[in-house]
Amino acid sequence: MTETIIFYVFALMTVVAATAVVTVRNPVHAALSLVLTFFTSAIIWMTLEAEFLAISLVLVYVGAVMVLFLFVVMMLDINIARLREGFVRYLPLGIAVAVIMFVMMVSVITGGIFSGDSVIEPIAKAADYSNTKALGRVLYTQYVFAFEIAAVILLVAIVAAISLTMRKRTHTKYQSPSAQIRVTKADRLRIVKMPPSSEPSRSKTLSNESLGNE
Amino acid sequence: MSEFIQPNLIPVIPEMVMLAMTCLVLVVDLFLPQAKRGFTLFLTVLTLLLTAAAVIAIAPADTVSTFGGSFILDQLAVTLKVAILLISALVFIYSRDYLKDHDIYKGEYYVLGLFAVLGMMIMTSAHSFLLVYLGLELLSLSLYAMIAFNRKSIQASESAMKYFVLGAMASGLLLYGISIFYGITGTLDLNQVSDVVRMQLTENPIALSFALTFIVVGLSFKLGAVPFHMWLPDIYQGAPTSVTLFIGTAPKIAGFAMAIRLLVDGLSDLQAEWSQMLLVLAVVSMALGNIVAIVQTNFKRMLAYSTVSHVGFIMLGLLSGTEVGYSAAMFYTLTYAITASVAFGVLMLLNREGFEAENIDDLTGLNNKNPWYAALLAIALFSMAGLPPTVGFYAKLSVIQAVVSIDMVWLAVVAVLLSVIGLFYYLRVVKAMYFDPSDEGRELTIKESLDVKILLSLNGLSLLGLGIFPSGLMAYCILAFS
Repeated sequence: MTETIIFYVFALMTVVAATAVVTVRNPVHAALSLVLTFFTSAIIWMTLEAEFLAISLVLVYVGAVMVLFLFVVMMLDINIARLREGFVRYLPLGIAVAVIMFVMMVSVITGGIFSGDSVIEPIAKAADYSNTKALGRVLYTQYVFAFEIAAVILLVAIVAAISLTMRKRTHTKYQSPSAQIRVTKADRLRIVKMPPSSEPSRSKTLSNESLGNE
Repeated sequence: MSEFIQPNLIPVIPEMVMLAMTCLVLVVDLFLPQAKRGFTLFLTVLTLLLTAAAVIAIAPADTVSTFGGSFILDQLAVTLKVAILLISALVFIYSRDYLKDHDIYKGEYYVLGLFAVLGMMIMTSAHSFLLVYLGLELLSLSLYAMIAFNRKSIQASESAMKYFVLGAMASGLLLYGISIFYGITGTLDLNQVSDVVRMQLTENPIALSFALTFIVVGLSFKLGAVPFHMWLPDIYQGAPTSVTLFIGTAPKIAGFAMAIRLLVDGLSDLQAEWSQMLLVLAVVSMALGNIVAIVQTNFKRMLAYSTVSHVGFIMLGLLSGTEVGYSAAMFYTLTYAITASVAFGVLMLLNREGFEAENIDDLTGLNNKNPWYAALLAIALFSMAGLPPTVGFYAKLSVIQAVVSIDMVWLAVVAVLLSVIGLFYYLRVVKAMYFDPSDEGRELTIKESLDVKILLSLNGLSLLGLGIFPSGLMAYCILAFS
């Protein structure tokens, strides 16, 4: 009974927050609503006894991804009025698409395989059952190949991000302390051997003469 | 929980070689000065050839599957992998001078390219929804970055952005279809999906066709069939020509493999339904691709629309639902990739520093300047148009034979008529090369380097060779589906 109440409360909050993401005027509020949507979804997962997924949703999405989103939204000077342009114009089309999608989904979900009757209720696991351990076990056995490919995709993301954004900046006044310390006399001072030219030598003799005169 | 069995690692040796060598290229390249960048290219080509050798060395007589059935190595995978590896090696060699001229001759370019090839190899061997998707993402992510690689070009960044957004949407649609299938069948393994679909066929036809629709939409998006082709012309035109060459060749083979794995291996019991969907897509693609290509003045954009029409032809082979049709489609895909590599390869030779040869006008007078390259490009264009004795003729013929064999003569007639329309714009380029007077004061420069010249010549002549003796390659295509 309590579980049902918790589910409905948080399901309602999820739907309201998700609607707010696309309807509120201020992009910062939209991002915050998305945070709320993730958070309430995490709680619904928790009621399904999927603790690991719930916690990683909060840590990864709420903690990292959405904070980054918020930074971007706050840093960029977004013209909100321009973003909302055409909202009314595209509204009829949007509503039509939404209605068609809704009808299609309802027709699929209510009958046949996705209806509530045909889904077997899962058996609740014992309190000491570790969801994380179970996930880890299949991740490194059954799905190890897929897991490795996912790792390669992350490597591609790193290589791509660095090669697309790293620029050699030529005008920076960056100092390299180690290079400064390791400097030797030969790097800074250039000793040039010059043949003695006639002009200074004559002046030298002149000055000698003058010295001698005195 | 079922007991875990140590997977058989032999079928994945080529992928392991590929990944290890790619990481090696990534590290070695860091220590190379710009003047020695050629060594990176050498290592890249060596990687591709070594992997191809590994594929051939471990090629099994029967189908082998490992990792709980999620990875499969059969005749189809072996043939397609070798083709992907060899064509990619050609593509990298052709693009060397172009990359130098456009200041993108960097190690990361090759590393991203190698990762893309790894993604394609996984797509050809994937036998579960999860691996199909991961392979596709590995390919797509590398391609997005490669398109944007020339940071000075605003056009390239724009097309990378378009590709990224539309590609993400297509992946979303594909994933949506996959998730509904997962809901129906409770498994991601394509063998088990196939079994459950067979049982559910009469009980849940609506849910199954609902899911199938999303899969077909996602697939046709990645292949570039009308009405999901909008990204193709923009990306072909905006990307650096070396990347266009890469996108236009090997990934088409991987896309074909993905279609076979999903539709034929996994959902063969829904064949009646997906044939109908592919029928519409194929006819519309051939019509729109061929007709819109007529008005293009940009050569790369024209080839993009021509690709759309060729995708329609490949779908004709798939929709027949027979082994003959599948092998005809495979033959068509392989030969199209070879043909496209010649066409873009010649176009790339005309580029020079600060100048991007991409309009049909840029090709005028090519025959006077260099008759040999003009002849090679003409052979490639004739092959795309489907004129004998080039290989394009035989490829079109075998697809049309497959369509006729399932009693759809009207479809064969439509395909032939639309190919005749297509002949016009291919011949227009040939006319520009041979008969149009070149503008005064516009110097046509051609980069000459011996290795590119030899390989491009062999590549171009192979179109004639395969056209006259198609049975060798065709035998492999038939073997893949028997």
